[in-house]
Amino acid sequence: MAAKGGTQVNFLDAIKQAMFEEMERDPTVVLLGEDVGVYGGAFKTSEGLLAKFGWERVIDTPISESAIIGAACGMSYLGLRPIAEMQFIDFIVCAFNQITNFVAKGHYLWDAPAPMVIRGPAGGGVHGGPFHSANPEMYFVHTPGLKVIYPSTPYDAKGLLKAAIRDNNPVLFFEHKFLYRRIKEDIPEGDYVVPIGKAAVRREGKHLTIVSYAAMMHTSLEAAEELANEGIEAEVIDLRTLLPLDSDAIVESVKKTNRCLVVHEDTKTGGIAGEISAILCERAFGHLDGPLTRVTALDTPVPYAPTLEDYFLPNKEKVVQAARELARY
Amino acid sequence: MAKALTKQQHLDLYYYMRLNRAVEDTMVKLFRQNKIVGGLYSSLGQEAVSVGTAFALEKKDWLAPMIRNIGALLVKGVPPRDVFMQHMAKYDSPTKGKDGTSHFGDLDNLHIVSPISMLGDLIPVMTGVAMAGRYLGQKIVAMTWIGDGGSSTGVFHEGLNFAATQKAPFVLVLENNLWAYSTPVKRQVPVENLADRAKAYGVKSFIVDGNDVAAVYTTGKEAVELARNGEGPILIEAKTFRRMGHAQHDPAEYVPPDMKKYWEERDPIARHEKFLFREKLLDEKGKKEIEAKINALLEKERDFAENSPFPPAEFAEHGVYCTGDDCHKIRAKWERPVSEVTPPKSSVSAVWTVQGFGAGKGSGGGSAPIHFGDTEKHEHKEVAAVSNNGAKSAVKKSAKPAKKTAIARKAGR
Repeated sequence: MAAKGGTQVNFLDAIKQAMFEEMERDPTVVLLGEDVGVYGGAFKTSEGLLAKFGWERVIDTPISESAIIGAACGMSYLGLRPIAEMQFIDFIVCAFNQITNFVAKGHYLWDAPAPMVIRGPAGGGVHGGPFHSANPEMYFVHTPGLKVIYPSTPYDAKGLLKAAIRDNNPVLFFEHKFLYRRIKEDIPEGDYVVPIGKAAVRREGKHLTIVSYAAMMHTSLEAAEELANEGIEAEVIDLRTLLPLDSDAIVESVKKTNRCLVVHEDTKTGGIAGEISAILCERAFGHLDGPLTRVTALDTPVPYAPTLEDYFLPNKEKVVQAARELARY
Repeated sequence: MAKALTKQQHLDLYYYMRLNRAVEDTMVKLFRQNKIVGGLYSSLGQEAVSVGTAFALEKKDWLAPMIRNIGALLVKGVPPRDVFMQHMAKYDSPTKGKDGTSHFGDLDNLHIVSPISMLGDLIPVMTGVAMAGRYLGQKIVAMTWIGDGGSSTGVFHEGLNFAATQKAPFVLVLENNLWAYSTPVKRQVPVENLADRAKAYGVKSFIVDGNDVAAVYTTGKEAVELARNGEGPILIEAKTFRRMGHAQHDPAEYVPPDMKKYWEERDPIARHEKFLFREKLLDEKGKKEIEAKINALLEKERDFAENSPFPPAEFAEHGVYCTGDDCHKIRAKWERPVSEVTPPKSSVSAVWTVQGFGAGKGSGGGSAPIHFGDTEKHEHKEVAAVSNNGAKSAVKKSAKPAKKTAIARKAGR
């Protein structure tokens, strides 16, 4: 995943670079959201953009998520490619109707493409509490007309955000805030995109397949490392895009390993593990040597106290234990 | 105020109101013949609002109709067959049977944005249309409508406030027809004039007799020109009445008979016709000609609609996503130099310029918050500042706002 000859960039800077380069490349790209301009965004992902591109292209808005997303949609109808930032992705539900009924259905119903991106920091593990830690991706994975991206590496974050901006469809782009400053990797100089809808094999293995995405991809890789010490070779697949889901990549891997463990930070019921389970039943039932296994967050809101949140979230130990049992099955 | 209307304009308004009503009358017949798949909504008695406001727009302008704005669609250039076929779920309809009623649009030619059934959402969307038009230098105005009922939604307020902060070239027509389904406006909104809500957002507003088409047009024209000249958004409250039920299924027995009668006597078409006859702009012969023209047109349009097939079943799975350039070539239409919005011209100093700040007596010219500053005796030098809508502007002398601040402060004690 890391390219040679590049510079070390963290997840935040990768996002910033993507927006900066796309705004420079294409004057139809604009950014709007709460505190994205003068302040540079709550996480500083848009720092410097206002100074470079001005008030018309970097728009500080009132605290009105429906208005932000509605306006971005209207702008896209005239050929602009707006990026709408949700200060925390938790607040995206304030614009739920605007996204699911207006933005998502336009192309199907009246042939109106809405080339726009809705992006923002998501996920837990940083003790943000129940309203600053959400993983609301599945509300939107259930909405035909949207694309949903949730990357795990700076390289992918940059390449996928660029692809999202250039896509003619509304794309939801989730950024795991736990990763913002915690991981760095070499990113090549110059322009590149990562295709939407393609999973990546992060580690090859033959005993079981671990499917994951976002922060849990790293947890899964750590678990795979420990499992390898015990002689269990896990293949780790990073979904990167949740809608459209790269089901071919999952099916192909499971046909090889015959076992599948899905790890996600989203809550269990209605999480993408259920969908993957159904896909494998439909397309690889005869290849399964064990039950599809899930390691996910609890079916509760995200609690605040570190003891509670740690218990709520999946972690390496939980993944290792589930993988061991599955490998033995 | 806008200039007096020409004879032709008066006649056009009459024609479109008649066409609006005739299209809807035809659809009532189709509905009774079971040829309309879903619900049918009526704008009987409200034609002047749709027609008068949409008539104030130019061809390049954008609109988004609500359910009772078929008149606006007709004025914008939608052929009646499209309206019929939408309701009949035909394959040749603008949405090819995927949606009904006035839920269709046209981005490329007519500049119409399709509504959804949830009320209020069009307000921020059309604000975005207006902002994008300004950004691209197109000098367009965006217009949409909302009912008295829809003005209670959260997104109405979010949208209007955002449009106001952006000074968007946007006109919102609040069609107060006194009923939100079965609930009278007094139970929805505890203010006499819904236009008063504009004040809360610092938005200019008008109140107009929604059953007087010439007045609606004149007000609409003024609002559109104000918005085009940077004084938007504008709110127009058009006072009118919904003479039918919420939709065909609803006999509206909850409406007092006297109220119905009162408004029937103020029918916008009869009223305008009377005016045209009195002013000798129209006579019986001319009226007959208009009727014959509309009848001939609608017969043809209805035939076409009835002969269009339903969409093939498997069409249901098509078109969820744009597949790229083969599907839609998305190109913005620039009517200003792109260099204005790209570096180095677009680059600014990334700080807020807050008018009047720091000049207060109590602050010693220092850093007191603006709310406490008595700026009466201090005047700013005119310095270049960058306003939020991107225009370079000079900071106004602080004398006026300062007075207001001082008064407000006294009143507060």
